[in-house]
Amino acid sequence: MSLREPIAEGSEWTFEALEAFERELDRIATDKYRLDTYPNQIEIISAEQMMDAYSSVGMPVGYHHWSFGKQFLSTEQKYRKGHIGLAYELVINSDPCIAYLMEENSLTLQALVIAHACFGHNSFFKGNYLFREWTDASAIVNYILFARDYIAECEERHGVEAVESLLDSCHALMNLGVDRFRRPRPISPDEEKQRQKDREDYLQQQVNDLWRTVPKKEQKVEEQWPRFPSEPQENLLYFIEKNAPLLEPWEREIVRIVRKIAVYYYPQRQTKVMNEGWATFWHYTLMNDLYDEGLIGEGNVLEFLQSHTNVIYQPEFDSPYFSGINPYTLGFAMFTDMRRICENPTEEDRRFSPDIAGSDWLDTLHHAMANFKDESFILQHLSPKVIRDLKLFSIVDDDADSAIRVTAIHNDDGYQRLREELADQHNLSKQEPDIQVWEVSLRGDRSMTLRHNQRDRIALDENDAKEVLKHVHRLWQFDVHLESMRDEKVHRVFHCNDDKVWIDSGASSNTPATG
Amino acid sequence: MAFLIIDRRQQGKRKSAVNRQRFLKRFRKHIKEAVSDAVSKRSITDMDRGEEISIPKKDISEPVFRQGREGKQRRVLPGNKEFVRGDRIDRPSGGSGGGGGKASNQGEGMDEFVFELNQQEFLDFMFEDLELPNLVRKQLKDSESFKLVKGGYQREGIPARLNVLQSLRGAKARRIALGGAIRREIKALEKSLEELDGEEESDQRAELTVKLDRARRRLNQIPFLDDFDLRYNNMIQQPTPTTSAVMFCLMDVSGSMTQDIKDLAKRFFVLLHLFLKRHYKKTEVVFIRHHTKADEVDEEEFFYSRETGGTVVSTALDLMNTIVRDRYPSDSWNIYAAQASDGENWADDSPKCRDLLVKNLLPLVQYFAYVEISSGREQELWQAYDAIPDEFPDRFAMRKVGEPADIFPVFRDLFERKPK
Repeated sequence: MSLREPIAEGSEWTFEALEAFERELDRIATDKYRLDTYPNQIEIISAEQMMDAYSSVGMPVGYHHWSFGKQFLSTEQKYRKGHIGLAYELVINSDPCIAYLMEENSLTLQALVIAHACFGHNSFFKGNYLFREWTDASAIVNYILFARDYIAECEERHGVEAVESLLDSCHALMNLGVDRFRRPRPISPDEEKQRQKDREDYLQQQVNDLWRTVPKKEQKVEEQWPRFPSEPQENLLYFIEKNAPLLEPWEREIVRIVRKIAVYYYPQRQTKVMNEGWATFWHYTLMNDLYDEGLIGEGNVLEFLQSHTNVIYQPEFDSPYFSGINPYTLGFAMFTDMRRICENPTEEDRRFSPDIAGSDWLDTLHHAMANFKDESFILQHLSPKVIRDLKLFSIVDDDADSAIRVTAIHNDDGYQRLREELADQHNLSKQEPDIQVWEVSLRGDRSMTLRHNQRDRIALDENDAKEVLKHVHRLWQFDVHLESMRDEKVHRVFHCNDDKVWIDSGASSNTPATG
Repeated sequence: MAFLIIDRRQQGKRKSAVNRQRFLKRFRKHIKEAVSDAVSKRSITDMDRGEEISIPKKDISEPVFRQGREGKQRRVLPGNKEFVRGDRIDRPSGGSGGGGGKASNQGEGMDEFVFELNQQEFLDFMFEDLELPNLVRKQLKDSESFKLVKGGYQREGIPARLNVLQSLRGAKARRIALGGAIRREIKALEKSLEELDGEEESDQRAELTVKLDRARRRLNQIPFLDDFDLRYNNMIQQPTPTTSAVMFCLMDVSGSMTQDIKDLAKRFFVLLHLFLKRHYKKTEVVFIRHHTKADEVDEEEFFYSRETGGTVVSTALDLMNTIVRDRYPSDSWNIYAAQASDGENWADDSPKCRDLLVKNLLPLVQYFAYVEISSGREQELWQAYDAIPDEFPDRFAMRKVGEPADIFPVFRDLFERKPK
């Protein structure tokens, strides 16, 4: 193949160069690698705008809240002091797919970032099943707009402080605002606006029915009333939105908004390794293709390789720079090795991954991208070679034991165990406390009881739990209890009433676990 | 595939401004304390810039349910060097969490949330709720401030001052006036036509109809609004009484004032000067420095000169009295004074100071603040002034300052906005 002229050289980028890169990358990504993407919308922004984007969690617009200001100040401080560099790009799961590129990036970086965000992330958003099921890329920006306007209107009507403290409470429960096992309907903002009014009225009426205190006729207490909720509910925000006795309609709507946004972010929280790995794999592959065709020059490709190496740098566990496993490293290593297993399988690969060894690599990678999340991806595709390359090992730190135990290392005995443990480490429902709505005293004091099921005797962080409980109380407005269960027995009980929060140890209030 | 490149750099820069303000407002108590600390620690030449503020992290945390550090924690880590399965590793010291906890906690270990307050915000917090007491509006002959008031209408003006009501009213009058004759003609024609009712078609009838049509068209041709209907509001300038104020800064530079004490006094005046510059643009400041003799000096000399000598405090008050009478008649000026001294004075001079104040100065000034800088017991001047606050509770205040940390609180105290 005859080499073409480089699109541009040096370090200064121009709009023409960006356009040319987008065009060429699009050609390669689509024709050669079958990457299916939303249309790209590339926006060039300054460092300060990038910090703005950081603090609104990457959204082009957002409602106002002090916590976003806190985020901004902290980013600004760290950036100013040189503790962090800003991300080269930020990409939004929307249709068209919006990617922010920093103006400070060099020519090479811009090309890398376009490959990474506009083709890697973009095709992941469009192809991965979690994103397909949980989010509606065409609607999110409009929904956020609706949310911002609605909240601004509430602030005008009910005061900034009232709205702010409500949002504080909702944010505290944001991670418990998702139905993990049931998939929601994607959010649709137009309908949303239309139905919002109806919903207000209807909801309030339902709540009124639930809490009706005027008896219809003489009733035998206790057994007459079925348990409520009939099954434990894991979506706390949803339960509160629908059932909290005293919330105003606008307050329910705000709870709903926070819940909907939590749902939007839920897929991202479960696909960090895959998403970043996929994007990194493709920027690496596409940039090499550009180089092979002569579209980027020698000097720029060296710069690219250096940036790429920084991105996938994984400090070892005993390094002062270690802060967990780098999702870019792990994901990139896994996708790269999957390709190798398809193209050049070894004996070991045939044993460990018989289903993909020797198959068409592009089909295999596309299939993995579309149908897995971090947990299942690692469980299925973490290969012995990647484990060896990263020198992974697993430990158990049991406070009943006097020392930390090493349970598996990168050898034949350890591969399967490491797969499982690393998969668990990326399983949200195992990394976050399992807390559900257990019971509401409908005819009694209207108190709500939450239940936390401990895994491996890991209790809740008590200070934070107390603070969060105050927020639950703020929403529920009657007493709230939280039973933390260890091995089917009550281990601790947190209580929160109008003016205080306290903890009982399980021994004193030993209510047996019923139901 | 369609794509789009947008240059956003020029627009929407300060999107986070509102959120930033919300944050500052929510933690204003913390920030105020931090600002107050910072002011005490700064050198006197350096009051006027932003500041790094730190707030305890726990006070601004956003809690979520989190797993604690006890129990059985499992982790997968990279970079194994020598471990084999079954190895037992001692827990790293200092952490009950152990294991990976050591590594992952780094970076979060700091207990303070640190951020930068810019100069504007810093000064806002510094001088929040402060004011010059008893400030009143006084008529000033060469006042520079005017108020625009409406003064009738004029035929020419800028579009923004167009008075729609007047213009339309004029137009209507013109339309009535111009159309009167035509309308009479139309009425006559209509009447003639009515009289012809019932009769055969005739030339006369046709002629009348044509005339009527023409007349109606003429009526319609009168413009609804014409150029000369337009009326504009006429605005005239009216001088307004303004708040004009002068601050006298009286500083003792006598030999008994050690360098430390002078620094404290200067620190106080720097704050005062900064406050006035920022909040009262039109305020004049008169700097008076005294030892055995008082001089009016400029800002530079006031803060940086090293002249010194004995002490006769009354000279400064005398000088102020002269200047007030010469240049700042109290019927057009709000007069303020702040005096700083270590309180030591020439033996018979303190009662004289008191008399000067009570008889000559206090009746003229809005507010007189005396700051005595000494860590020990009250000095002569304080004793001489002792009864004045009772006599002039609104106009006279005195405070003692012992160390740098006292300056800002005392300053705030002296100029705190009083509930009206």
